[in-house]
Amino acid sequence: MRFVLRRCIFYLVTAWAAVTVNFVIPRVMPGDPVQALINRYQGQLSTDAVESLYALFGLDPDASIWSQYVDYWGRLFAGDLGLSFTFFPTPVADVILQSLPWTVALVGVASVLSFAVGTLIGVMIGWRRGTWADGILPVTAFLSAVPYFWLGLIAIMLLAVTWPVFPTSGGYDGGLVPGLYPEFIGSALWHSILPAGTVVISSVAGWILGMRNMMVTVSSEDYVTVAQAKGLPERQVMFGYAARNAVLPQVSGFALSLGFIVSGTLVMEMVFSYPGVGFVLYQATGGQDYPLMQGIFLIITLAVLVANMLADVAYVLLDPRTRQEA
Amino acid sequence: MTPEPVLEIRDLAVDYGYGASPVHALRGVSLTLHKGEVLGIAGESGCGKSTLVYAATRLLPPPGVIVGGEVRFHGDDGPVDILRMTDQELRAARWQDTAIVFQGAMNSLNPVYRVGRQLTDAIAAHRPGSSRAEREERARELLTMVGIAPERIRAFPHQLSGGMRQRVMIAMAMALEPKVLILDEPTTALDVVMQRQILEQVMELRDRLGFSVVFITHDVSLLIEVADHIAIMYAGEIVEQARASEVYRQPRHPYSHGLLHSFPPLHGPRRPLAGIPGSPPDLQALPSGCPFSPRCPEAMDVCTDVHPDLGPTAAAEPGRRVACLLHTEGRTLPASLSV
Ligand SMILES: Nc1ncnc2c1ncn2[C@@H]1O[C@H](COP(=O)(O)OP(=O)(O)OP(=O)(O)O)[C@@H](O)[C@H]1O
Ligand SMILES: [Mg+2]
Repeated sequence: MRFVLRRCIFYLVTAWAAVTVNFVIPRVMPGDPVQALINRYQGQLSTDAVESLYALFGLDPDASIWSQYVDYWGRLFAGDLGLSFTFFPTPVADVILQSLPWTVALVGVASVLSFAVGTLIGVMIGWRRGTWADGILPVTAFLSAVPYFWLGLIAIMLLAVTWPVFPTSGGYDGGLVPGLYPEFIGSALWHSILPAGTVVISSVAGWILGMRNMMVTVSSEDYVTVAQAKGLPERQVMFGYAARNAVLPQVSGFALSLGFIVSGTLVMEMVFSYPGVGFVLYQATGGQDYPLMQGIFLIITLAVLVANMLADVAYVLLDPRTRQEA
Repeated sequence: MTPEPVLEIRDLAVDYGYGASPVHALRGVSLTLHKGEVLGIAGESGCGKSTLVYAATRLLPPPGVIVGGEVRFHGDDGPVDILRMTDQELRAARWQDTAIVFQGAMNSLNPVYRVGRQLTDAIAAHRPGSSRAEREERARELLTMVGIAPERIRAFPHQLSGGMRQRVMIAMAMALEPKVLILDEPTTALDVVMQRQILEQVMELRDRLGFSVVFITHDVSLLIEVADHIAIMYAGEIVEQARASEVYRQPRHPYSHGLLHSFPPLHGPRRPLAGIPGSPPDLQALPSGCPFSPRCPEAMDVCTDVHPDLGPTAAAEPGRRVACLLHTEGRTLPASLSV
């Protein structure tokens, strides 16, 4: 229990630090985001509007930094992340809320799929090392060396342009209104195949290699030999003894990789103009949209933290030796 | 009455590596284990004791390959050659016929499973008809048998001490009441008191259950106490084979003589301790003739040319065999080997 408490405090402190950094950065950066917005609207904003903007963004020059900070936390708990410049006057929270499900669904499913498939293949070829199965290794080495954007572009060129089987970009058919009806869901699924497929292809190799190597290491452990000597069925030795131990580092790696779904998706969403958080971040960067960037960074940080927590929990569940400290 | 054999190893040969210069780790090893007997195998580190165990049970890890020989197990339906069994037959036979306590018994338990589960899974695999409750009961019984509280079936391996883990391994090996129990240096990582305790436990169980034991160690004095027969190994070959008491009193091979004198005797008069000069040969580039000749205090010219085979001793003592040219017709044995 003391272990759990310690971890909880650790996460709280980290979360606090992340939010605080998020608060400080735009305030020490050169330039004035409100000024930038005013310039964009080329003087079409009244003085009143400008003042309310400063207040809205929490950049009121008359308020002390401390009261700004307290204010910032207050608004954060109310779910208010300010207004986006790019999508003015949509609140940042709404922009993120619209784009986040796309990313989480697409990359989340792709990541889980990639992890499951990669780990399983890794178990197989690690167990049968020194046979034909090792022939897969050069292929995986090649796949893991290919840069994602290149893979994405090749996929678009071949499967969306040369043979136009799949759409080139977007998350759904532009003629449809988003909603939960069969036509729209079908269209969304159809649009997700290329992005998800390329994400799986580019990340599966890492899981295969990692698992294979761990399998090879664990296969020579004494307890695996004992399991063989006991005459247990091969599947039981392979999964219950070898893979069960080999998967431990793999699982924490996976939990951590979940944290990078949001940030790591940037390139994919740029290549496929996919309406997720990465694409929004890309637009926000282009438009110097500080509130939106800040909001997305906050989400990314929280995602990494949550993933770390998952990794902790998973490890404690899977490895009895870590429970010792609890 | 000649005792019945349970396990017969004939001309077993093992190489490590497949290339141009493999390591010949075992070269024509023959051994017979009889019903109810304790067979001791001794020899310096690296002489191939563990390799023998792995090869005879077909657990040899790559790059080890069995290049010849046979391993006959005398079960209830006559002898079978373990090396020629199908995978399925082998799995079915393992642990029922021959159970092993490995050298690395510290890491022999799966760290993520409870002890109970590891004790019962072999029972479940070989006795599919048994109920969960029966297996659990058996696991408790086994732990009690080796002097561990039965509640410990709920423990994870890391919660046990080294000696307890070792005893769990012995309990595990007894789970199916095997006909042969192989102990490969089961106690090297433990302190002397614990070593004795565990060994006494095994011997007690043997008296009760009547299985045969192959006991491997490089502690010859310990071996002489517990074993009925002893085989002395050197560089992948057996150089001497005899009853334990005979080896102790009258070693017939210069290597056995050296080995006995590199340990203090447990009982009886003190003898001056003398190690064996030099180190074991490189198995990839063995000396011609007798592999022990470069280190042998009694080496003759012929020893570097002719490889000695395991044969009768000079005095033709029954049940004794030795691989040394000193024992050929017309040679006189040095005093140290002829008492
Ligand atoms: N994978 C391998 N590749 C090459 N040589 C090996 C391999 N494994 C073992 N050997 C060699 O085979 C020989 C026998 O090794 P083995 O483990 O059987 O010795 P041992 O008698 O059990 O020694 P110890 O008393 O230290 O346990 C050694 O000389 C070792 O160098
Ligand atoms: Mg050994």
